This record gives sequence, structure tokens and C-alpha cells, in this order.
Amino acid sequence: MRSLRKPAVVAVAATAALALAACGSSGGGSTNSATGKVTLTWWTNATAGQLKTVWQQAATAFHATHPNVTIQVEPLQNEAFTTKVPPALASSNPPDIYQQWGGGQEATQIPSGKVADLSKLSSGWIAEVGSAAQAWQVNGKQYGVPYDLHTVGFWYRKDLFARAGITTPPATLAQLMTDDTKLKAAHIVPIAVGSKDKWPDAFWWEYFALRECPTATLKAAMKGVNLSASCFVQAGKQLTAFMATKPFQPGFLGTPSQVGAGSSAGMVANGKAAMELQGDWDPGVMAPLTSDKNLNSELGWFPFPAIAGGAGSPTTTLGGGDGFSCTTPAAEPACAQFLQYIDSTPVQKKVVAANVGLPANPAAAPALSLPALKQVLTYNHAAPYVQTYFDIAFPTSVGQALDAAIATYFAGQGTPQSIITTVSQAKNQ
Amino acid sequence: MAVAGDKDLDVPRAELVPAPRAAAPSRRARPRLRRRTELVVLLAPALALFVGFVLLPIVLAAWDGMHKWTGFGSLGPFAGLYNYRLVLSDPVFRESFVHNVIIVIASIVIQLPLGLGMALLLNRRIRGRAFLRTLAFAPFVLPYATTAVMWLLLLQPGGFLDQVMKAAGLGGLIQLWLANLHLVLYTMIVVLTWQFFGFAMILMLAGLQGIPAELREAAALDGASGWQATWRITLPLLGPTIRIWLFLSVVGSLQVFDQVWIMTGGGPANASSTMVTYLVQHGFQSYEFGYGSAVAVIIFLICFIFALLYQRFVLRRDTRGALTRAVG
Repeated sequence: MRSLRKPAVVAVAATAALALAACGSSGGGSTNSATGKVTLTWWTNATAGQLKTVWQQAATAFHATHPNVTIQVEPLQNEAFTTKVPPALASSNPPDIYQQWGGGQEATQIPSGKVADLSKLSSGWIAEVGSAAQAWQVNGKQYGVPYDLHTVGFWYRKDLFARAGITTPPATLAQLMTDDTKLKAAHIVPIAVGSKDKWPDAFWWEYFALRECPTATLKAAMKGVNLSASCFVQAGKQLTAFMATKPFQPGFLGTPSQVGAGSSAGMVANGKAAMELQGDWDPGVMAPLTSDKNLNSELGWFPFPAIAGGAGSPTTTLGGGDGFSCTTPAAEPACAQFLQYIDSTPVQKKVVAANVGLPANPAAAPALSLPALKQVLTYNHAAPYVQTYFDIAFPTSVGQALDAAIATYFAGQGTPQSIITTVSQAKNQ
Repeated sequence: MAVAGDKDLDVPRAELVPAPRAAAPSRRARPRLRRRTELVVLLAPALALFVGFVLLPIVLAAWDGMHKWTGFGSLGPFAGLYNYRLVLSDPVFRESFVHNVIIVIASIVIQLPLGLGMALLLNRRIRGRAFLRTLAFAPFVLPYATTAVMWLLLLQPGGFLDQVMKAAGLGGLIQLWLANLHLVLYTMIVVLTWQFFGFAMILMLAGLQGIPAELREAAALDGASGWQATWRITLPLLGPTIRIWLFLSVVGSLQVFDQVWIMTGGGPANASSTMVTYLVQHGFQSYEFGYGSAVAVIIFLICFIFALLYQRFVLRRDTRGALTRAVG
């Protein structure tokens, strides 16, 4: 069906993907030793919205104060990073700076030998970022630096809640289910979810696990890459009961989370659904997907509700953050200086103003424009424990297997037990 | 060209053969050496490219597939055929293979008659022929990603297709085209057919151009109907073209990726996964490059074995000159 291909080409197609993809078109900083001029390529996931502009401004401003350093911004779709980073790090020409989410995923990348250890170069200023920077450490070494922090919770439309007669956001799972019924009665899709991308499904299952499992159990599960504790199966059973009420939009299995007006974010942005369980970046994702000027004032936030009888803390949050790593061929001091610049208060204020997340540098917190985001930040600070997204906290292969198993479960093809079994299989492979 | 003529030609042919050149035995070594040098010089670049970019990657991928390797740093521990066994025993991979087979069958059953029919139709002198040809071929020229995004928009719940169906009074038949586990693969087959039947058509058209009009004229003089001429003359003569298209179609169907990846990512719940989406998920996204290499090698072997068998049993007729004999 595909175009002209001979057997020999078939061979290349099948193997070149693995063997040759390393020769990617972009990436690779070049240093001109005679002049000391450096060009750094920078892979970011900001392909649209204000953050894209903020990064471009940051690159330009940094060049103005460091004339020898030119930074070339190369935005990539968020989903492209998982497929583009491995071959890039295997090549001799990786991007100099790239998006880094820390955790087990970062740890998986370290053996490439291409991820720069920034411990020394960042020692003078990393303290400003606070304890959050620890999620970007592997064995005590700082391989990445966060620029923002994330908390997952419910983003909802106040106007649609009001239309359904809901006065206060739900605080318990039972209330959430009651509200779903009210919304459906008002012919409003209660909850949008972007199951096509798999990880939004994982947010659901993980939050149920957070409410069912005590903090010590969660910590042990992350450390041992082991979900055998009974509370994880219990979480799945609770989720099954919740999903039986059909709270999601029709066709949610094919819905992307962030791309286009038909995505789950687009649905909430355009008033086609009342809420979605997403990260604090959601207002930034929604803005370009709608022409609704009042979006920000219509958006409200509430944390994942408590589950009656659950052994987990009702205030534990699921989160993570975005950051960057430098690669070793890059001119490391220049790259580290740039990351320091990104975490400086003036740039952090701009990042915050772009509604993409909570500032990594707490000094920029007052710049949060949305009242809802201030609420998120307060909630995050007060949380007794912030659990990193499971797929980032686990080694990548296990994290991906978990996301796939949860997505399969969402499609009605799995059981609470099959999710746990998949993780133990992926770990032992 | 009659058989009888051969006998008549026997004697004169012998006379026509030019006298062999008188070459001293001692000087024969030189041209041979020269010929060998020529061979080496002319073949070497192509051979080097073939070895470096085709053979070597295959061998390397097979070797990588024997290791537990995350893709970062040096190869992990040697695991022999462990990865290969794991791939073949994974129900998701088997399911993906079955999906590929369904796509292969569907492409043959749907695209071949469609492409052939269109080609026969557009080979006639009809009004707007050039326009219709372009129209039918246009989807094939579109980048696969563009096709995928376009169909994605058309097939959204409440999207263009649903609106059209509603307007036509077919609202009751509206489905979740991309979210229904039992339907999504067939939705993808529609998209793939839309994109690729133009390719079948253009190939058949080219094949039709190569069939001399005299043959049909002669058949018509002998009293054959249009249908008989098509069935007994045109189609048999189109055989080589059809066989080549079939080969390309099967190999292409075994490697389907772009449209599926963009439109469904192989989901929901692997309902539309293909072998290559499986490869990307398990090789790249999961950072399991050893395992992914094993998948790649298995896909390669499937395609390669098919190609060999097809060449041996189907295409051989064409290369042997079956066509000329049939015509003669």
C-alpha cells in the first residue's frame, strides 16, 4: 500500500529506525575555538502559546548579555520527546539543552554518557530552587534543573457548574459522582479525558492509588518498583466503580489531551465539558484552543476529592515538573549559566505569567496571575507528600508499560489486577 | 516470428555470425584483468553503500536484539534469543500482526478491483479524463501525516462526517469511528484505501498503456465483445503489473505506520496497533532498544520471507518471459 519499496529498502526501513535515526537533522552545539563563540540548540516542548514567546525572549536576552552564546530554540511536540531524545543521546550530535522531567526517566538516560552533571556548575544557585530540584538528581548528582513545578487537579468551568446548580466544587468522591449526575441532567459532559495519550488515564488511576495507599506504601512502591500492596488493586476497584457511572465524554478513548479544539483541554476551553483532571499547565494549554476571552475568569480549580475509607492522605498530591538537561558536548558552563538565567526571578515571573505552571523559583510566586493557580500553589505547599507521576518516577520501560496497561483498562480490556501484573512483568523483563 | 521461420533462418544465421576476432592467447589476460578492475571500480561504491546502509544495520539490529539494552550507553547484558521469544509470545505483538494481515487482505480485496476498474474506465476516451485521473491520484501524493490529520478532523465525534450523516438522515448510523474498539481498524482501512487506491490505479494505467491497441482491434474483428476482450486479452496482459502492485501493496501493508500512529497511536487498547506502531512503542517510547531491535528484525524477516517466496513463485513467471511467449 505504501509507495515503491523494494526488499532492500524494507531492510533499511526496519532497521534504520534504530540504527540510523541517530543522525537526526538538528541538534549539536558548535563551538568555534578561535572566537569562543558558541551556538546552543535548545529542544523545548513549548510549540504554541505564551511560553514559546517567553523562551524566545529568554534566548535573545541571554545572547545580549553573553554575546558569545547564541541559543537556537527548537520547539518539539510534547509527545515527540519520548521518541526523539533516545536516538539523539545515542548520536554524537545531541541537542545541547533539552526538556527533562527528572525521576526514573532521567536516570534511564544517564548511561548514555551524554547528560551533563551540573552539580558543580549549579552549586552556587540551585538552593534558590529549593527542595524541588531533588527530583532532577540521580544518585545525588544534579543532571537537570526544573523551571516549573506541577500539581494535578481538576480544572472546571464555573459557568457550567452554575448552570447545573453546583455551588461548591466536590470535596469527596461521592460528591463528585453526584455532581456528574447533575451535569448530565443539564446536558453537559461532566468530565473530559484525553485517553488517546494514555498518561491522562494514568492520572486518574494514580490519584485513586494516592487516596487508597498510605504515604509509606507509596514511597516503598516507588523505591522497589512494586505495586503488589493490596491498596493498588483496591484503587483500581474504586476506579472501576467510578467509571461505571460513565462520567467521560463519548468517544474519550480516541480523544487527544492537548491537540486541537476537540482535545480534552479544548473541550473544557470551549465549554463542551465541565472539567478535566489535568496538571496546572492546563490554562496555558487551553488558551490557544479557544476564542473565549473570558476563559481565565471562568476556570476554577479543586483538588482530587477524598475517598471515604481510603487509607491514603486526602491532601497528598500528584505532580512533577518541567526542566532542562544539558548534554556533554555542549559548552557546559554556558549551558548551566543559561539554566541559571531561566531560574532567575525575572524570567521565572514571565514563565509564571504564561500560565504554564508553578514557578520553580518561589520568589516568582507573586507573579501568578490566575487566582486559581495561587490556590494550586498553596495546596501544593501544604501537601504532606507530593508523589511524582508514576511513569516518570519509575524506570521508563516500567512507566510506559503502566501507562499502556491503564489505557487498556480504560478501554474496558483490563482489570485492576492486570495493571499490577503488567508492572511486575515489565520490571522483570 | 512464426516457429516455421526459425528453420528457414538456420543457415543464413550461421553465415551472418561475424568471424571471431583473432586474439593471441598471451594477450587474453589483459582484457580479463581490465574487466575485473572495471567491475571492482564500478561496483565498489554501490556495494559499500549496500553493505554499510543495508546489510550492516540488519546485522547490528539482530545483534542489539540479543541484548537487554535501554539505548543509552554500552549494550546491556547478552540475552541470546530471549527478546525474540518475548516478542513472539507477546499477545499484543500477535494482535498487531493479525491487524497487519487484515490490512493486507483488505488492501488486495478492495484496492485491486477499485484501482483496476478506475484504470480501465480512465483508459478510455471519456470527457474530463485527465481531471478524473488527477483527482483519483491526488490522495496518494498527499503526505501521509497530512492525510492522517485531515481524516482525524473529519472523523471527530460531532465532526464533519457526523454532521453530513446527520444532515442526510443517517444520524442513527453514526459511530465513534476512532474510539470504538471493534471499528477503529476498519476506519483505518478506509483511510488507507482512500490514500493508496490511486497508486494501484496509476500503475494499472501505465500497464494498460503498454498493451498494443491492435490486439483489442484484432479481437474485435474476430467478433469478441468488449467484455471478452477485457477478460481474455487486457487482463492477462496486465498480469505482470498486477503482480508487481500486489507485491508493493503487501509489503507496504506490513509496514503501515504513519496514518495509524497519528490518528490512533495504535489504540484504543491496541485495537488498531500494527507491527510498526508496536515497534515504536516498545523500542523508542519505553527505552527498550534491545527489545525494539528484536521487533524490527522480526518485522524485517516477515517482509523478507514474503518477498523471497513471492519472487520465487509469482514474479518468476514475469522475469522468464512468460509475457512474450503468451503474446507470440
